[in-house]
Amino acid sequence: MNLSIKHLYGLEGVPKEDLTQIFDTAFSFREVLERPIKRVPTLQGKTIVNLFFENSTRTRISFELAEKRLSADTVNFSASGSSLSKGESLKDTIQNLYAMKMDAIVMRHPVPGSAKLLSQFVNAVIINAGDGTHEHPTQALLDIMSLKEKFGKIEGLNVAIVGDIRHSRVALSNIFGLKALGANVALCGPPTFIPYGVESLGVKIMYNLDEALQFADAVNLLRIQRERQGKGLIPSLREYRNLYGMTRERLENLKKPLTILHPGPINRGVEIDSDVADGDYSIILHQVLNGVAVRMAVLFLLVGGK
Amino acid sequence: MDFKVKSRIADEQALNRTVTRLAHEILEKCRGVENVGIIGIRTRGEYLSKRIAKKIEEIENVKLPVGVLDVVMYRDDFRMKNRLPRVEITNIPFEVDGKILILVDDVIYTGRTIRAALDALMDFGRPSSIQLAVLIDRGHREMPIKADYIGRNVPTSPGEEVRVLMKESDGEDAILLVEENK
Repeated sequence: MNLSIKHLYGLEGVPKEDLTQIFDTAFSFREVLERPIKRVPTLQGKTIVNLFFENSTRTRISFELAEKRLSADTVNFSASGSSLSKGESLKDTIQNLYAMKMDAIVMRHPVPGSAKLLSQFVNAVIINAGDGTHEHPTQALLDIMSLKEKFGKIEGLNVAIVGDIRHSRVALSNIFGLKALGANVALCGPPTFIPYGVESLGVKIMYNLDEALQFADAVNLLRIQRERQGKGLIPSLREYRNLYGMTRERLENLKKPLTILHPGPINRGVEIDSDVADGDYSIILHQVLNGVAVRMAVLFLLVGGK
Repeated sequence: MDFKVKSRIADEQALNRTVTRLAHEILEKCRGVENVGIIGIRTRGEYLSKRIAKKIEEIENVKLPVGVLDVVMYRDDFRMKNRLPRVEITNIPFEVDGKILILVDDVIYTGRTIRAALDALMDFGRPSSIQLAVLIDRGHREMPIKADYIGRNVPTSPGEEVRVLMKESDGEDAILLVEENK
């Protein structure tokens, strides 16, 4: 079975059938990660380049591991130390890389839409690993896969996404994916973090965290992007923690089970307390494992075959 | 593709007898069940492996460890095809190191599936030996691979195929010789 999509720019418009197939394949590949020899020859002879124009730990290592587990040849590129600092344009960089015969390009770039732009320059499979504040599809896929593992199905599930929605590519990709699979989604955060008109995507807006937690079966806590602070969007991290931080007291007062996700990196003591992040309700480390499996699935389904 | 049935090679009773014989042959050759594990290749090899394990349990009163293997990740042909196969879950819930593994499939043909399965099994450890049990050998091997236990030899000509039907997936037990409709 082939996916209807040829590239993964984002989860916007990706049909339910494709998502379901990615998850089914990912659960099969996850078993490979438990074997004594964690490598299958599935993508032998394929070459994949990882282009990272922004910093990343989890996503870059996760993609690289997924590629290696599938026996693809990988090349890594990071913006610092490249010819970009000599003034080469993105288009020229990509076309030069493609001339060296790449089958797929995994790219993270600060400009929204850059992944899609890439497909106009080259004929390789493009996988978006985060394009600015736009989308981060594989992160949302691993979030949703972790929810699927926990709850069995996504349809009818109540999911709250809490934090800086406005600057979050994780939030947007999650909204598209969760809505396509029939979940109910609520966004929660201070008004300055909620983008104008986002209700049109079919999500609820809640400004009170306790209200959102009452609604939710699972909550995805976004990272407070410290690099974006100092722009006057929130008065202080301390106030944010008081109003929107996932503290142990909040969890205990809730008196119902709640599943907690976080895309990482965690700001302990800001959006989430340490004992919540490391506690029984957290599936944060499952997310990391599922991340490798879901990326293997995406790579196999898009790059495998003729 | 469209197929028409040329003949019924076996019905439920005959298939069941063949499974019983395979179980006995495995016991005879392995001199019992000590250190033996059974691994079925998806899809019908899985059902067959469970039936053989059940027969052995009836005969020897011992439960053998049973695993299921999906070989899609190891196949050499999906790179040539436009349509990708589904990757299903592999589950081998026992240590394979030092074990005699009985690999089970419904039909052996080119031998490429078995080649892929052997590669896959090597990634799980180092079994002391691997033996192959098949319900049907239909000839036309493209690899130097031979089964240790064979239910039936069914010589086929080009255009012919053997279909094994099993209750678990097809609602009935039967072995059919079918021909491609041109």
